[in-house]
Amino acid sequence: MQDYIGWVPLLPFIGFVLLAGAALFRKQEIPETLSAIIGAGSVGLAALLVALIGREFLANGAEPFTVTAWQWIDTGGLQAGFSFYIDGLTLVMLGVITGVGFLIHLYSAGYMRGDDGYRRYFSYLNLFVSAMLILVMADNLALLYLGWEGVGLCSYLLIGFWYKDAANGAAARKAFIVTRVGDTAMAIGLCVLFMHFGTLDIQQINGEAGAPGVDAGIATLAALLLLGGAVGKSAQMPLQTWLPDAMAGPTPVSALIHAATMVTAGVYLIARTHPLFEASEFAMMAVATVGALTLFIAGCSALVQSDIKRILAYSTISQIGYMFFALGVGAWSAGIFHLVTHAFFKALLFLAAGSVILSLHHEQDIFRMGGLRKKMPVTFLSFVIGCACLAALPFTSGFYSKDAILLQAWNHFGGLHWLWLLGTLGAIVTGVYSFRLLLLVFFGKEGSASKHCNDANTAIMSGPLLVLCTLALAGGLLTLPLAGVFTTDPAQTGQLVINHTAEIIAIAAPLIGLAIALFAFRKGWFAENAGSKTWFGKQLAPWWRNGWGFDAAYDALLVRPFTGLAGLNKSDIVDSFYKFTIQVSQVLHRQLSATQTGQLRWYAMTMVAGSIFILALVALL
Amino acid sequence: MIQISIISILFAGGVLAWLSEQFRPDGSRWVSLASIVACLLLLMNFNGNVSAALSGTSVAAQAQWWELVSAEWIPRFGVNLILGLDGLSYLLILLTLLLGIAGVLASWKEIHDRVGFFHFNYLWTLAGIVGVFTALDLFLFFFFWEVMLIPMLFLIAIWGHGNRIYAAIKFFIFTQASSLLMLFAIVALVYFNYQNTGVVTFDYRQLLDHGLAPTTAFWLMLGFFIAFAVKLPAVPLHTWLPDAHTQAPTAGSIILAAILLKTGAYGLIRFMLPIFPEASAAFAPVAMAIGAISILYGAKLAFAQSDMKRLVAYSSVSHMGFVLLGIFALNTLAIQGAIMQMIAHGLSTAGLFALVGMIQERIHTREMDRMGGLWIKAPRMAAIALFFAVASLGLPGLGNFIAEFTVLLGAFPTNRLATVLAAIGLIGAAVYALIMMQKVFFGKTRDQQADEPQAFADVTPRESVPLLAMALLLVALGLLPKLVFNLSAPSAETIAQAAQSVLPSSRLADTGATPALRQWP
Repeated sequence: MQDYIGWVPLLPFIGFVLLAGAALFRKQEIPETLSAIIGAGSVGLAALLVALIGREFLANGAEPFTVTAWQWIDTGGLQAGFSFYIDGLTLVMLGVITGVGFLIHLYSAGYMRGDDGYRRYFSYLNLFVSAMLILVMADNLALLYLGWEGVGLCSYLLIGFWYKDAANGAAARKAFIVTRVGDTAMAIGLCVLFMHFGTLDIQQINGEAGAPGVDAGIATLAALLLLGGAVGKSAQMPLQTWLPDAMAGPTPVSALIHAATMVTAGVYLIARTHPLFEASEFAMMAVATVGALTLFIAGCSALVQSDIKRILAYSTISQIGYMFFALGVGAWSAGIFHLVTHAFFKALLFLAAGSVILSLHHEQDIFRMGGLRKKMPVTFLSFVIGCACLAALPFTSGFYSKDAILLQAWNHFGGLHWLWLLGTLGAIVTGVYSFRLLLLVFFGKEGSASKHCNDANTAIMSGPLLVLCTLALAGGLLTLPLAGVFTTDPAQTGQLVINHTAEIIAIAAPLIGLAIALFAFRKGWFAENAGSKTWFGKQLAPWWRNGWGFDAAYDALLVRPFTGLAGLNKSDIVDSFYKFTIQVSQVLHRQLSATQTGQLRWYAMTMVAGSIFILALVALL
Repeated sequence: MIQISIISILFAGGVLAWLSEQFRPDGSRWVSLASIVACLLLLMNFNGNVSAALSGTSVAAQAQWWELVSAEWIPRFGVNLILGLDGLSYLLILLTLLLGIAGVLASWKEIHDRVGFFHFNYLWTLAGIVGVFTALDLFLFFFFWEVMLIPMLFLIAIWGHGNRIYAAIKFFIFTQASSLLMLFAIVALVYFNYQNTGVVTFDYRQLLDHGLAPTTAFWLMLGFFIAFAVKLPAVPLHTWLPDAHTQAPTAGSIILAAILLKTGAYGLIRFMLPIFPEASAAFAPVAMAIGAISILYGAKLAFAQSDMKRLVAYSSVSHMGFVLLGIFALNTLAIQGAIMQMIAHGLSTAGLFALVGMIQERIHTREMDRMGGLWIKAPRMAAIALFFAVASLGLPGLGNFIAEFTVLLGAFPTNRLATVLAAIGLIGAAVYALIMMQKVFFGKTRDQQADEPQAFADVTPRESVPLLAMALLLVALGLLPKLVFNLSAPSAETIAQAAQSVLPSSRLADTGATPALRQWP
């Protein structure tokens, strides 16, 4: 079976080619059902193949293997194959991408029904899955970069999917360009790695970086540059600003790309090259700091949003912050575990939010919702489970993963540390905003939009929701085959010491958040204009709502100077030098032609003057 | 003989196309299409060499020249007709002919006036270009260099848009002034070589052992460099390009951007580096800096433009910066990348110019501020434009990415600062390529188009087939870059070895500032 691993990304790619190619040969759009069958079917088959290969892989003792499709680049000392490296980590990612991806494809088949771009939608989505699969399967960084940029393109295409609204195009552009800033750092990182190690093969680099005596300066530089790529793709500080705007795309896209899979690529990259990061204490600290700061500031922003999708977007940034935090403290498997559980419950939340939005005729403002629990039972159930997982209430999947992160952070720092404190505070904040969302949408009085609620869930939409509910609840019981991958992780080597103080705090934090949310909801503090006169409402909330002013700062510091400068120099200042030479010659031309008067007397006189001048020269010299 | 046949067919085809206008209005178009296709078929003759190269026959086992023709021309001055063909020339001639076809098709409906003369000039330009790519005698090289210039001048001056005379004269003066420098350098080189060896010859292979003093060699190298840098173009010698590209008819823009610019890069690779390895190595830091500046400056100016064609033109400045950077990194990987960039940029830019031409034909403007919402009207055109835009911004999986990626990886050890700056150009490329998509295709249809009587038609097969073919080629290059790399490997490796023998530090062992800097005269 393992030899067929190449078919895993190929199947969705074939789906893409069929769907995109259909437009070349037919004037009419192909039927929606056919598009959905090709789109969802190709990913479903890939998921099936992954399941079969995964079973064989585990039966063989989780032995990593490599499959080369063909030699891709081979010139001047650079060798990079279209080669796939499969180990426990890759398999986990494959499972998430094809499994959750398939469910979201199914849901989309119902959600997008009636849209003009139905076929186009599925073609983009299939291309995305294919690129994402290549990203996690690549055995060298060049191929990984191919998948990396490929998912970025699909993200661009899907954010700008409804192209008739120019604002969507702007949001898509922002996402692409901001992530490309990170990608460029990553590309430079690849240059550093290639120069130093003479290869882009990930396992070779890992082997050499993990060996004693590696140049710590090079490791730090390379790791930080890769981190630059990771923060861009995973929307971490300081490149997080694109993700809230990326919500312009269709909601299932937000579930698949901007929650479950693509945005976790940064986490995957760092986990994949973890020996390189471990070789540099500074880089590890940087990862942990980025994660802890991001999880906290994004959590605070989620607390004050009014758009249902923006709340989820900020919570995604925040949860990926937890993953980075985990990576930074060496809790590699806990970070990946959180990636998996987050994929389940965040996909669930986004899809459920999609149902709400569709049922309320594209209303996204939570203050116009409320009291929906009776009108949309399946969605309500999904939201309850999703929010419980997000808040990490005990015995949900989110609890197991987040608990492990906080515990290992405590151990890593050997006690109380400000980053751990941020993580714990973040857990309380998460509890508050999760239940604020749940309470405002499904409890309380009916808002203006709720009155027109018309449950849009069809079987093809509620089916995936229910499956995801199960996964989100039970996902904590999964054992991921990561022991062979993260050999330095104390959780894998059985050296994990459980500190009971930290454990109790980690369990208590979300419960405190829940209590605060319930109390505040009862007091009416969550209402639209509540507290608008207080210092919090006037100063803090708008600042948080606008993402702590990052957008405004970038606009003032980068965007406007750049466009201003570009506008000033539109006609190319270099050209003015050449235009100047034209003017000089024209002036000279006019002066000289003025001497051509046509008068004989003038010519005779100048001739005499010239002769005298020459004679004088001769006489003097 | 193939080189001579191709050049002759193009010359003769040009004359025939001019004459056939008399008999049938469409005659010239078909004649010129037929001549280019005939040349393409002739080129198939080299399938054996191509498959040998692709199957990975080692570089040493391949003969350097697939075909070499040599005949006397002016024996008194040592001028000979020497035309050689190797993998590098083969690739560039193939590119010339393929895009030549694309150009004929793109101008099928655009050119109504003096169709015969148009195709005469068009084919003679192509003939000159093929000559440049094969000539191994410097005198002959210069001859073809001029042959491709004059008909191009007519293409712009006669069939161009608005400000065409200004653009044509500017193009002419820039190229002519710089090629004068090259002529001086060629003559001086031959003269000094005569002084040293007692042989008068323009044969490039004999001139390799000229034994010039380093200072002399440096100045002569500069003469070549300026001529090639103008063609490339490199900042600050680039300002002829936006005007010429913008004003030229679509076919002219395609030829200019996709092929003519490559003659500059080809000259650097074929003549300048091998003849003056030491001087080039000494000059490399400056040239790489110019390359990096071109990348960033071109990207920024591309972003600032509101004329769609000007945007594409400035993007060429940016992309050709990668070629300069790669060539002067003086190692196989980067030079291979530069050659790949020549091919991939040729295809992607030709695609973009063809698209601008189609839009201009339909709504008679190139101002992007007056466009918008074209996706609704022409979804297929939007899809094709999207493809070429992302090719232009270097999306992996397409040829342009392979080129830029290998240039960056290869150039980094030689000159880190320039490479990092060049990498930042990748962001710039995303900025200008996507703003173009945004302004032209996203959003709602603007009012200004509502007054256009005819609806905006989507692409016809005549328009889309060449574009799809180019798109497929870009995908092929992106997934199987050996299609180019294996063919150009002998040239790239020979040059890199010559340069490395001058530069003591090897690529991976390079540790500090380039030692070449100290050899500055």
